[in-house]
Amino acid sequence: MRTIEYDTIVETVARLCIEACYNLEEDVLGTLQKAIARESNKQAKQILTQLIDNARIAQAERIPLCQDTGLTIIFVEQGADMAVSHPNDRPKATLFDAIQEGVAIGYERGLLRKSVVTEPLHERTNTGSNTPAIIHHSIAPGDNLHITIMAKGGGCENKSQFRMFNPTESKETVAGWIVEVVNQAGANACPPFIIGIGIGGDFEQCCLISKKALLRSLDSKHPDSFYAQMESELLATINRLNVGPQGLGGDTTALAVLIETAPCHIASLPVAVNIECHSHRHKSAVL
Amino acid sequence: MSKEIQIETPLTDGQIDTLRAGDQVRINGIFYTARDQAHKRLCALIETGQELPVDLSGQVIYFVGPTPAAPGRCIGSAGPTTSSRMDAFSPILIRAGLKGMIGKGYRGEPVRKALQQYKAVHFATLGGAGALLSKHIIDAEIVAYEDLGAEAIRRLYLKDFPAVVAYDAFGGTVYDR
Repeated sequence: MRTIEYDTIVETVARLCIEACYNLEEDVLGTLQKAIARESNKQAKQILTQLIDNARIAQAERIPLCQDTGLTIIFVEQGADMAVSHPNDRPKATLFDAIQEGVAIGYERGLLRKSVVTEPLHERTNTGSNTPAIIHHSIAPGDNLHITIMAKGGGCENKSQFRMFNPTESKETVAGWIVEVVNQAGANACPPFIIGIGIGGDFEQCCLISKKALLRSLDSKHPDSFYAQMESELLATINRLNVGPQGLGGDTTALAVLIETAPCHIASLPVAVNIECHSHRHKSAVL
Repeated sequence: MSKEIQIETPLTDGQIDTLRAGDQVRINGIFYTARDQAHKRLCALIETGQELPVDLSGQVIYFVGPTPAAPGRCIGSAGPTTSSRMDAFSPILIRAGLKGMIGKGYRGEPVRKALQQYKAVHFATLGGAGALLSKHIIDAEIVAYEDLGAEAIRRLYLKDFPAVVAYDAFGGTVYDR
């Protein structure tokens, strides 16, 4: 059994939070560059260029890419043959405690905005630490610890939707609804978007895989040719909506459509659309 | 794409008369920040006939909750938040003398009507470009609701701040497509 130091996990999570909010991923930058070359609307071209300028300023001058540094979502894949050491003063602290501590430290040290409130409907007091982060944990063979953090903005998350279809529904009907969800998100959710789609699973797994889909490289294709084709058809249809960057028109409403699927009940066809803004912030590390 | 128009705040009715949806502008002068919770508090004061902590007559509100400022800077990342969440509150503030707002995304019909009735304007700026936009903010000071943290009301001084007229005072919008 391999042991990873508690403090190593804390520091890694803190670093990933900061890096995600200051450095835009290369695949996003590359996709924006390609979109500029393809875009026929002059104002849209100008906005896409400003988004690349924004990323350059963020990195060079150490200013977060966006003021909404998000709710922190953590995907952690724990090797079955690894364990976490306990800090001397807290013998009962777990992997999850280390992750939460790392988020709190990262948001403080990185001068990131704390955007989490204690409860949703009554007082809405800010927790002051951007915790609790949402942790999705899984077990894998081996003795590594894979940590991925995503800083998910509120504006785009607010426009995400879920729907249960009849299992006999066609691909075209499902696709039509997905396009309508994106159209409704429009200017409010900071286009150009990355569209994460979950198809299958149950109520909560469907939403979870729609978010996990966002972690794929924007250049990647679904391994199943049926869904790969659906991704490219959806992207083409969405980019004909003329929502455009910032909702001001143009050929670039989405940068990528990414589908994840899961087995589901014979009676069900759940579909979730997780809208992600162009400021697509995520970083991973393997310990 | 139209030529950029230079704008100074506070906004005058004469200036608002010249603006049309789709105009690209550069804004200079004082802005106040306010998001959801500050709007809720301001409107509660107005509805109970109490004095506001800031005089909004002729002023412009920027819907923003910035990141903390790094040492030597006046503000952190500072891009717009979604305007429609302020739809329930903006008509009340417009009636109380607010002349402009800046955010991202769509406004509802009651806001569009209030813009026409009281001669005001709504601008959109670059969502998700808070680093770039922060370069156009040269001064920032908390003036009310410090307990709200990022959502406190700040007085900002903007220089050549880029925006587009999203909804004008004549019912026009840049989002009709």
